[in-house]
Amino acid sequence: MSESQHTFGDYGGQYVPEALMPAIEELTDAYERYVLDNEEGFMDEFRQRIRDFGGRPTPLQRADQLSERYGTEVYLKREDLLHGGAHKLNNALGQVLLAKYMGKERIIAETGAGQHGTATAMAAAHLDMPCEIYMGRRDINRQRPNVFRMRINGAEVNPVDIGRGTLKEAISETMRDWATTVETTHYVIGSVVGPAPFPAMVRDFQSVISKEARRQFDEQVGGLPGAVVACAGGGSNTMGTFANFTDDEDVDLYAVEAGGSTLSVDEEEGVAPNSASLSIGEEGVLHGARTKLLQDSHGQIMESHSVSSGLDYSGVGPELAYLVDEGRVTPVTVDDDEALEAFHRLSQDEGIIPALETAHAFGFLESVAGPDGDGSVELPETVVVNVSGRGDKDLEAVIEETDKRDLDNAPTMEVFTDGA
Amino acid sequence: MGLEDAFDEPAFVPYLAAGDPDFESSLEYVEALARGGADIIELGLPFSEPIAEGPTIQQAVVRSLEGGMTPERFFEFVEALDVDVPLVCMTYYNLIYQYGSEGEPPVRPFVERAAEVGIDGFVVPDLPAEEAGPLRDACDEFGLDLVFIVAPTTRGERLQRMMEQVSGYVYVQARLGVTGARADVSNQTEESLARLAEYDVPKAVGFGISSGEQAADVVAAGADGVIVGSALVDIVADGAENDLPTAEVADRLESLARELKQGAVDGAQRRPRPEGT
Repeated sequence: MSESQHTFGDYGGQYVPEALMPAIEELTDAYERYVLDNEEGFMDEFRQRIRDFGGRPTPLQRADQLSERYGTEVYLKREDLLHGGAHKLNNALGQVLLAKYMGKERIIAETGAGQHGTATAMAAAHLDMPCEIYMGRRDINRQRPNVFRMRINGAEVNPVDIGRGTLKEAISETMRDWATTVETTHYVIGSVVGPAPFPAMVRDFQSVISKEARRQFDEQVGGLPGAVVACAGGGSNTMGTFANFTDDEDVDLYAVEAGGSTLSVDEEEGVAPNSASLSIGEEGVLHGARTKLLQDSHGQIMESHSVSSGLDYSGVGPELAYLVDEGRVTPVTVDDDEALEAFHRLSQDEGIIPALETAHAFGFLESVAGPDGDGSVELPETVVVNVSGRGDKDLEAVIEETDKRDLDNAPTMEVFTDGA
Repeated sequence: MGLEDAFDEPAFVPYLAAGDPDFESSLEYVEALARGGADIIELGLPFSEPIAEGPTIQQAVVRSLEGGMTPERFFEFVEALDVDVPLVCMTYYNLIYQYGSEGEPPVRPFVERAAEVGIDGFVVPDLPAEEAGPLRDACDEFGLDLVFIVAPTTRGERLQRMMEQVSGYVYVQARLGVTGARADVSNQTEESLARLAEYDVPKAVGFGISSGEQAADVVAAGADGVIVGSALVDIVADGAENDLPTAEVADRLESLARELKQGAVDGAQRRPRPEGT
């Protein structure tokens, strides 16, 4: 029988309350049997459902305007075209199906931007499982369309009021629910975070992204891309996009984190106005795993910030932290302003409205290879960028945030938004 | 002296978050618990992400952190306490892990400092036996106990592994879920106590106990002690919200402590007597 990965170097592990340990052992066993060993044809059913229900494979598309702008061949892995509008369904469908194989009766999940919540709600409806989603109050206010989608798919949405009301608090609250209901309930964690086996399992469900991209690139262009770029919050699209390239030493891997408003931290207030745990975080233990964290000198977890709620998290997946330490993955940051500019650029130049999370990945291309780029990274001849999600959910936030800034490339909305 | 000795008679083990709502009042509250008959006191060192706690203790954590509590301040708090009762530090692993200067091996500096100020043991809710090696080693080095929480779901090999590492007492989690006062005592408690019967270590039951009557029921069911947190924290919260005089809050804490201690003692009388010879 295959064995799952418990740690990644010094990172990972299982730092959870005792009440959860038996469930985590049960999940580890189910992951090894069904996912790694395809017992009872689990993976066959998963692949069939992610194709028929999810719409896989997603295309790999050449971005004509960006290729010209950056003087390099830019290819887009179109996860925004997956059912639900983001890569999140790969993992959500996999875990809800796994919960069914395990005989669980109820699904719970946390969500930040609402993309994982909507994907889980869709998967639960599809597989006929009751579903409850925990979401921070602040994120609920930032991502109302996704709240409506979850409700319309039949899920309960439980607001989390403690703390700053974002993803960190939602994860803690979902863990509390799970500690109470562990015998009947599966917690569909939304990223490559949490106690083992979640980081490895979520990566495996998401690795279909790089499996397809690798094959598609070889068919369309030949060989391997010079670099692969993905945004990184918790890191599920990042690990999914990197997983099948990590052994190819010639392929550069860039994890683009949210630089927020600044990379400095405010110890006094316990706030880091960014979500750049790979770039500036320190090793610690949060939500079941040892990883890189935004924390103060005492070890209290800091509130993160990003204009994109899907990247707004103080931790990051332990495997990514490990790959960064090993020098295999290069972390870079893109701040709120650059992400918004990139959002408008991709929308206008390529006709693709990206999620604000995704826009960070494109902000990276601009910041190094654009007309005002700093040239700190020389892009290779070919680059694959993961379009992790579409931006419909972000329109209100984008209009509001754009309004606060003087962005050269943003369309004016005044005539439509004033006096509304 | 290890924590085990506190269980010679049915023990009352209260919990409060240190520094809730402020350093000075909190000192008086903890001392009131000692006067009320506490045999061991669990002092919470607040962590920003208390995943095992219900709303009552989450709010206590927020009040204490807003009052300026830090690990170093916690150690000063313990030094300032005037009680003659063994003390257990209850906190989350990241605070233990981060303490100390750069370059020092993690965990050991925290345990060394805790021993220095008079802490007798630890409960770390997010540290299962599998990950506890470094903390167990440091506790052995400085002569401190390491308490583990046994959940209603803990069985077989896991229970065995935990029992090999535990010292002081086992914290028997009365029900699944998070901390918080409840009206009834779960029957999961009796099952857990039965599974633990063969192990020669004191068993203290916590999660949901709020009255003398419940304390008596738990001890009658075979527990060696009762752990009470949220019901006491509720009194502190009421004092903080309504701006009550510290002495009044301390009196209420002392009086509930007496009730709980008395309940534990009464419960022992109700235990089935061993077969006479």
